[in-house]
Amino acid sequence: MATMAQAIRMALHYGEEHLGVTDVFGEDVGPPLGGVFTASQGLKTAWNSPLDERGIIGTAIGLALAGERPVAEIQFGDYIFNTIDLLKLAGNSCWSSMGQYNLPMVVMTIVGAGIHGSIYHSHSFESIATHIPGWKIVLPCRPIDAYGLMISAIKEPNPVLFLYPKALIRVKGKDLIPGEPENERELKKMIDAPPGPTLYDIIETRKPWRPQWPEGLTDYQVPIGKARIHREGKDLSIITYARHVFMAEQAAAVVAKEDGLDVEIVDMRTLYPWDRETVFNSIRKTGRCLVLNEDTPVCNFGEHILRTVTDECFYELVAKPRLLAGADVPGVGLHPAYEEASVPQVNDIVAQIRGICGEAP
Amino acid sequence: MDNALKVKILDLMIEARCMEERMVKMSKSTDGFFWLGGIGEEAFNVPLGLLAKKGHGLDYDFFHFHYRNGPTMIALGMDPADELRQMHNRITDPFSGGRNFCNHYVRKEWNVVPVTSTIQTQCSVAPGTARAQKRHGGDGVTIVTFGDAGTAEGDFHVGLNWATLPGWELPLLFICTNNAYGISTPYDEVHGQEHIANIAAGYGMKTKLVNGNDVEASYAALEEAYNYCRTERKPYFLEAFVSRLHGHSSSSGANRVPEGSEEDPLFKWRDKLIEQKIIEAEHFDKVYNEQTQRMKDLLAEIRKEPAPTAADVFTHIYAEA
Repeated sequence: MATMAQAIRMALHYGEEHLGVTDVFGEDVGPPLGGVFTASQGLKTAWNSPLDERGIIGTAIGLALAGERPVAEIQFGDYIFNTIDLLKLAGNSCWSSMGQYNLPMVVMTIVGAGIHGSIYHSHSFESIATHIPGWKIVLPCRPIDAYGLMISAIKEPNPVLFLYPKALIRVKGKDLIPGEPENERELKKMIDAPPGPTLYDIIETRKPWRPQWPEGLTDYQVPIGKARIHREGKDLSIITYARHVFMAEQAAAVVAKEDGLDVEIVDMRTLYPWDRETVFNSIRKTGRCLVLNEDTPVCNFGEHILRTVTDECFYELVAKPRLLAGADVPGVGLHPAYEEASVPQVNDIVAQIRGICGEAP
Repeated sequence: MDNALKVKILDLMIEARCMEERMVKMSKSTDGFFWLGGIGEEAFNVPLGLLAKKGHGLDYDFFHFHYRNGPTMIALGMDPADELRQMHNRITDPFSGGRNFCNHYVRKEWNVVPVTSTIQTQCSVAPGTARAQKRHGGDGVTIVTFGDAGTAEGDFHVGLNWATLPGWELPLLFICTNNAYGISTPYDEVHGQEHIANIAAGYGMKTKLVNGNDVEASYAALEEAYNYCRTERKPYFLEAFVSRLHGHSSSSGANRVPEGSEEDPLFKWRDKLIEQKIIEAEHFDKVYNEQTQRMKDLLAEIRKEPAPTAADVFTHIYAEA
């Protein structure tokens, strides 16, 4: 099965072949590297930009204003913070011009901890991103969702922020993307650029290389704004996304075995506009809610979910709804002891589940 | 430049001046809130509009203006009523439906992309339209305008750098109208460069300094700059020295600066045309009085147009697929 990097790459290929994508660009996005996470290897419209996030976002806006369809990458979410006023401009162009200029652009950036990325390769961005109106914001955790959401993002007439989790970029999926060869070694041979002994050698090694794209790729879409039930359960709903979908899954297995608890996991997939119906239906069914993510806790996006759940589902709750988020510290430290104490771990989730389910109604 | 063109430029300068003077009055009454605009930049900004290739799409010029390009919009053919509608924040304001400050034009059918209050971000955005034009071919170019103060922002350097990438030199005309102030701060206090154009020259760009209060010099410099970008498909940097006759904005009162402190390019051009016996003094007075009355009459009509309502706040957040 494809990894998330391969899934994104295939979706971008489909986008440039069939959906009018004109530019895939950013730092090291073009050849020979094809992105530091390889998400843009072999694409015919990929090009290397200067090391300049403001120029990347600004140029994407300009291309979209000119009627092109760009996909711009900020190499790490940690480095998107200095573009926030440009992101605000992109988000308000349609509204402030009374609909004259909408921006069909995608900005993709990798977020979150989990690769020992230290202080500046571990940031989350969703809490700030969701504070910028006019954008649609997605954050898939499975390769198939990454493919389907990228196709939807490319087709979208509005700016879409495509966040994807660092910790899951090389994790293989469990579902075959329509058109993907069943043999993953064959896929690798077809679309992964040959490695070079050093960064300098790959320029020469990769010059003659061309990918062989799977022929049967489709415009398989995951609609923006639709969550999915990752695991069905009846005792408690975990509302989460990204890496914590799988950490919640591990926690659910622990409490199923040790406590006999049956946890439902909602993978939000889209953070704005988010799927209120799926989230509320799950909470109404279980009566218990844990919102889970790894961003810092103050003004955390999950606080917005909690507030909305309190507004909409208060009388159907049998226990206090809670948020389990990252620690309130300035960064994720390098040593695993720092990272494990700042980002919610499986045992933290288990403790929360037990706490909520143990609460007397 | 023939006589008919000289008079046409004068008349457009008067039209722009009278529109702005009406807006200054509006800012001091209940007809409007904040004003900022281009009084003092007409000699440069009218030719900037007249020499443009106006239309929609990549074959035509793209404009990334700042908020002092009212005279350029007039030269492009804007109905001044539309700018008064924006100043009076009517729902009929075709640029922003009463959402944005005056002189924040947007006109998609002329490739006028949204003017933003964030200083200098237009320099980070302009390479995008210029890159699309470079790829497309033809002779359409991108124009980006800004003042001297904003060149201290990083976005200024972003624009210069992205316009000069090897193999991707962009048909992008950078225009700095240098009025020597950023609100109240003199240029000399916060800039060490003798000329801003020197920075652009450091990026390998062709540059020129011009007296922006001189219509003929401005017209000639703009003609050369436009032609260079259109034919060479490379960037060009023009620094024009201009006046600021009503201060930065209504935040400092928007009153006319003391007599003699700054040159008035409109009066200068009027005097020159009278001296060259191209117009009679009465022509200027007649057109000026007519335009002043016209703006007053337009405002009287615009006052009757509908204002936005609370229900309008949620429109156009997203475009529909």
